[in-house]
Amino acid sequence: MNSQASPAADGGAPPKAIDRVREGLKRRYAAERRFRLLGLAAVVMGLLFVALLFADIVIKGHTAFLQTYIQLPIHFDAEVIDPTGERDPKTLKRANYRTLWRDALREAFPSVSGRQDLRQLYGILSIGVSEQLRDMVQSDPDLIGTTQPVWLLADDDVDMLIKGHIDRDLPEADRRVKDGAIAWIEALEAKGAVRKQFNRLFFTNGTSREPELAGIAGALAGSFYTLLLTLLFSFPLAAAAALYLEEFAPKNRWTDLIEVNINNLAAVPSIVFGLLGLAVFINFFGVPRSTPLVGALVLTLMTLPTIIIASRAALKSVPPSIREAALGVGASPLQTQFHHVLPLALPGMLTGTIIGMAQALGETAPLLMIGMIAFIVDVPSGATDAATVLPVQIFLWADSPERGFVERTSAAIMVLLAFLILMNLTAVMLRKRFERRW
Amino acid sequence: MQPSVLLLILLAAMAVAYHLGSKRAVAVAGGASRIKTLHSLPNYYGLYAALWTGVPALLLLGFWIGFQDAIILALVEAQLPAAMTEHLSEGRLSLLVSDIKSLASGRIVAGDVTPELQAAAAQYLRLQQIANMSLWALALALAVGGVAIARRRISPGLRARNRVETAILVIMIVCSSIAILTTLGIVLSVVFESVRFFQKVEWTEFFFGLQWSPQTALRADQVGSDGLFGAVPLFAGTLLVSLVAMLIAVPIGLMAAIYLAEYAHGKVRAWAKPVLEILAGIPTVVYGFFAALTVAPFIRGLGEGLGLDVSSESALAAGFVMGIMIIPFVSSLSDDVINAVPQAMRDGSYALGATQSETVKRVIFPAALPGIVGGVLLAVSRAIGETMIVVMAAGLSANLTWNPLDSVTTVTVQIVTLLTGDQEFDSAKTLAAFALGLTLFAITLVLNVIALGIVRKYREQYE
Repeated sequence: MNSQASPAADGGAPPKAIDRVREGLKRRYAAERRFRLLGLAAVVMGLLFVALLFADIVIKGHTAFLQTYIQLPIHFDAEVIDPTGERDPKTLKRANYRTLWRDALREAFPSVSGRQDLRQLYGILSIGVSEQLRDMVQSDPDLIGTTQPVWLLADDDVDMLIKGHIDRDLPEADRRVKDGAIAWIEALEAKGAVRKQFNRLFFTNGTSREPELAGIAGALAGSFYTLLLTLLFSFPLAAAAALYLEEFAPKNRWTDLIEVNINNLAAVPSIVFGLLGLAVFINFFGVPRSTPLVGALVLTLMTLPTIIIASRAALKSVPPSIREAALGVGASPLQTQFHHVLPLALPGMLTGTIIGMAQALGETAPLLMIGMIAFIVDVPSGATDAATVLPVQIFLWADSPERGFVERTSAAIMVLLAFLILMNLTAVMLRKRFERRW
Repeated sequence: MQPSVLLLILLAAMAVAYHLGSKRAVAVAGGASRIKTLHSLPNYYGLYAALWTGVPALLLLGFWIGFQDAIILALVEAQLPAAMTEHLSEGRLSLLVSDIKSLASGRIVAGDVTPELQAAAAQYLRLQQIANMSLWALALALAVGGVAIARRRISPGLRARNRVETAILVIMIVCSSIAILTTLGIVLSVVFESVRFFQKVEWTEFFFGLQWSPQTALRADQVGSDGLFGAVPLFAGTLLVSLVAMLIAVPIGLMAAIYLAEYAHGKVRAWAKPVLEILAGIPTVVYGFFAALTVAPFIRGLGEGLGLDVSSESALAAGFVMGIMIIPFVSSLSDDVINAVPQAMRDGSYALGATQSETVKRVIFPAALPGIVGGVLLAVSRAIGETMIVVMAAGLSANLTWNPLDSVTTVTVQIVTLLTGDQEFDSAKTLAAFALGLTLFAITLVLNVIALGIVRKYREQYE
């Protein structure tokens, strides 16, 4: 206020408008710079969040792709595995493989005795080792009677220790791995009998209570069946609906209602679709719970609006001259659509469908409602088997207290994100490749 | 014999019928050289035959699969000895039925296996077999009958194309009505269960009660059979988390949109916008994991450093991460409306000597305000309905508090908690989830209708 009044107070020439503008200029430019910086900061912050999120996941998860193995000489004792010597597959399947690796551990550390200590010693290997040995013997019965050095799956606590997630300097009481176990591991390390190798089990196993045995194969299969069915249900439905609404529907109350409805459905919280699935599909129609089938039905209803909206946009972008030309040479309205408009709009419709499928792949909440949250170890082999999907698996693992599940959850997220990125890139490529400017 | 096998067989039958139909059409016309005498192209006669073959049988299959289980169960239930069923509540009865079902499919049964139960299971299996066989017989008969009818009707004068096109049009109309059916299904399913809930619990208690503990009985005279169903703490918790989210998302999203639309270079805009939009494509379960394992411990540590008592499941952590998720919604919607403001308005402002920021603040922002408000409302509805982030990062205890450092619970968290795990279908606990779902649906619906209305109206204004 003061500065504005000053020229007049000097008693000089009457104040000109330009002077007043000039005086404010500095302040206004500063405000301009501040505003601009604020905008830049907002963008940078947004980008920072993206970077932070990805970095966090990758840092937490990249170690899960390697798993700790311990090498021990295993004596495939014929007495234990196959006392009769008949090599009957049934005996080979039922044999007590646990004694094999427990004996090997005792031999490696002969000084260990006492129940407590022995239990701790056995604890450095995973309980899945028995299965590992059984598979080896079943695929090659000639191993029986020989002694072989075998890389055996370590327990998740040992794995965490090797990967440095458990601090060896902490007081023993605060540590999941006790001093004894650390001494054994260090002895094995000195012999070169501890190594990390590619974690194949993560991609071939179903889930498990033991982090070192847990894999995403079951969830991937569940996601695959669910998504396949969703695609089969939703694309034809959405294409037909979009075609009708965009090209044939008379403009009346009913079509207006449908249109408003579709826009609103696109914004309904996904969990409400889960309630619908539970009440209508499971309790009313008796669709089996926890199956990819009911999951796909729910996801179809959920993605339908997205695909319909995208498909209508694609149909709208086909110029009217195409239709007029087709009608002009005598095609019926449906022939015009199916022979001319639809092929031209198809890339756009497929792009929308892929985006809808990506949305369905990442969806969790409605699937919790319809029971796809169950603990299912087996890899599902069809659309009516109980199954879980990748995001739900992530949710379940994130809830598990074991330290080993943190890296597995992150790794599963990385796999999920990889699929999503792949799908979105395909959509972008499709759009670029087939996009036409009329 | 699986219904899916029948489905494949029917599809194959349609293909065969198509082939037969077009052959037949050429034959009735008197050979390939006299096709001209046909009203439509031969393949339309093929489609005509295929539709006659497939549509009735497929419709039958659909209805049969949809209702078979319910009808058979009703029959089995009616056959149960009256002594077994008369004293049972509805919930017990549904448990009994599920026992029968699992017994029939050879799974482990929760209750005792009585001879009556076994008889019922056997009957269930038998009825199922009968139903299956009659389905196959009927569906195949319909398919064969359809071929026969189509074959008889095919003649040069049959307006096959018009018939087929009408049928396709009807199919398309049905498909586009699914959107309506979905809404109807949502409304009916939540309303139906909510009505049952409000028969057990007073609606005043639900909407105005201050205590929420659906699991345990706290006082002797309470209205519900078990637990307290005052949902106010849930609404408050939802509001608090959403508020935190909007405090993060609106300033950042709006400023980013303004910067990208008004200041940024074309190149910066071309890659910053899609990168920001990545945030919208990340599954919410990933955000939940990020919130629970990274942000929450960080905020807790930060609070402890400042001498504050922060809950490990604070509303702040969940709201913060939800805010990150919502940034792209706000920014891309605002970006659209800012770009829709006519260039002439900017030029006019610059011509009067305004700086860019003054133009944005005094001309563009007021002009774009309705659209921005619409976008923000959509984002709010998104935040209220968001589930996974709060399930993973917010708590379960229904605290009525405005302190964002405390643990609160939300409507969606409670729906998930009430409906996962064991459920009896008519307990007040399970039904409460549907009442919450109804509330959620109603609130988001109102927000969406208002927001979409504003956005649409705004668009028309500048078009």
